[in-house]
Amino acid sequence: MNKKLLSGPYLMWMIGFILIPLALIVFYGLTDKSGAFTLSNVLSISTEEHAKALWLSLGLSLLSTVLCLVLAYPLAMILRTRGMGQGSFIVFIFILPMWMNFLLRTLAWQTLLEKNGVINGILSALHLPNQGLINTPGAIILGMVYNFLPFMVLPIYNVLMKIDDNVVNAARDLGANSLQVLIRILLPLSIPGIVSGITMVFVPALTTFVISNILGGSKILLIGNVIEQEFTKGSNWNLGSGLSLVLMIFILISMALIAKYDKNGEGTVL
Amino acid sequence: MINRKTAFIKRFFQDFYLVLIVVFLYAPIATMTVLSFNNSKSRTQWGGFTTRWYTELFSSSTIMDALYTTLLIAFVSSLIAVIIGTAAAIAINSMKPFPRSLLMGITNIPMLNADIVTGISLMLAFIAFGISLGFKTILIAHITFNIPYVILSVMPKLKQTDKSTYEAAMDLGATSVSAFFKVVFPDILPGVLSGFLLAFTMSLDDFIITHFTKGAGINTLSTLIYSEVRRGIKPSMYALSTIIFLTVLVLLLITNFAPKRKK
Repeated sequence: MNKKLLSGPYLMWMIGFILIPLALIVFYGLTDKSGAFTLSNVLSISTEEHAKALWLSLGLSLLSTVLCLVLAYPLAMILRTRGMGQGSFIVFIFILPMWMNFLLRTLAWQTLLEKNGVINGILSALHLPNQGLINTPGAIILGMVYNFLPFMVLPIYNVLMKIDDNVVNAARDLGANSLQVLIRILLPLSIPGIVSGITMVFVPALTTFVISNILGGSKILLIGNVIEQEFTKGSNWNLGSGLSLVLMIFILISMALIAKYDKNGEGTVL
Repeated sequence: MINRKTAFIKRFFQDFYLVLIVVFLYAPIATMTVLSFNNSKSRTQWGGFTTRWYTELFSSSTIMDALYTTLLIAFVSSLIAVIIGTAAAIAINSMKPFPRSLLMGITNIPMLNADIVTGISLMLAFIAFGISLGFKTILIAHITFNIPYVILSVMPKLKQTDKSTYEAAMDLGATSVSAFFKVVFPDILPGVLSGFLLAFTMSLDDFIITHFTKGAGINTLSTLIYSEVRRGIKPSMYALSTIIFLTVLVLLLITNFAPKRKK
């Protein structure tokens, strides 16, 4: 029996439900309602409304990615120095929220941040003035960091755990201090994990419409919201597809980065 | 002496940092759990202990319908994905480097692509193919994004298996099918199972792709929560969240810490 035949169903499935659908986005994005070729859908990213949404998305998602990295790296380092192996319960605690329903996690922050929410309740109990926390860019960043932090922790932790202790010890024997070990040894060796973590946080943060919808109210529009509305409310699929094509440029850049820095898939979650 | 002191301080700060992150990660979940037992609808006042939100949750037919749909889709889509994905992994594993990397490249698309793009593209395709949006389309969409997880779980196990055992079984007169199920399959079974579990969880958790492919009149838990959130959160959602969290906790504890058979 030819083993290659076994890939038949898979190939047909992937062509039908991955490649053709993507081709359709390209087709819709580059045509107008009558089916004639046009670049106007893609170029409409430069209109004030869309450009503002894109810049805001880029800004918020970059900031969230940096925050995740800054929070996650020390965490992964501590887990490593404590010698917590893959099966350790402590590591499990940091990964667990990742498996909790994404919407419920965001809903939780809405409960905390709302005008009559838990945080403002605590503030007024302490006779402190209430804060306008919800419907701000800050609330969106908080939601992004909270939702995607485990996606940064896991790949960095995986890569750090693979670094041989002897490499670190050798550097120490040769006179390196902790900072030098970090900069010269651990950071360069953990780049696959860092890059993988960055893309795993950046891509969903850049394209989200859920977090901005729940924590940002209806006034803060991210590029994800604009696209979602074109498909569910506005029903201008051509425009929505054109804007998706613009988004895909950023996704492709991320994919290229992964391919360059994480060749062996060291930083992947699986 | 000084060394011991700095080591102590270092350890203290490390512990402090770990605790801080744990609080950040779990405070929202804990808040929802507390509120799910709060008799008052207010989020800031404790009105006494109650389980009425849980009763309300289980007597709501919309929520129970959505739960049923969610579980059914997760189970069926993971099962089909496991069959298609395992077969594909076996085929890909026996391929030459070029077709192999081509197929793995296609496999990676749904994993690396943004969910919103995958969702939109599938919606456009279903409409182009003339498939009306509903249960069927959610199922197809979930199978599509589940297959890669199965392949990526099975592949490493396949690489570890020894080709000669399969060949030995064939030499001893086994047909290729029985050689596969008696010799290769037991070896890759852990990968198949973890692929199934991973696919199952991904399907349970998905919102964005379901949102675009579901059509009107059908809800999974995620899409139901989304529509509820827009109308204002009901305390029964907190009860739901608590139950889901506990379920995930128990399932992950079992899969991670169940006593493993040593070879």
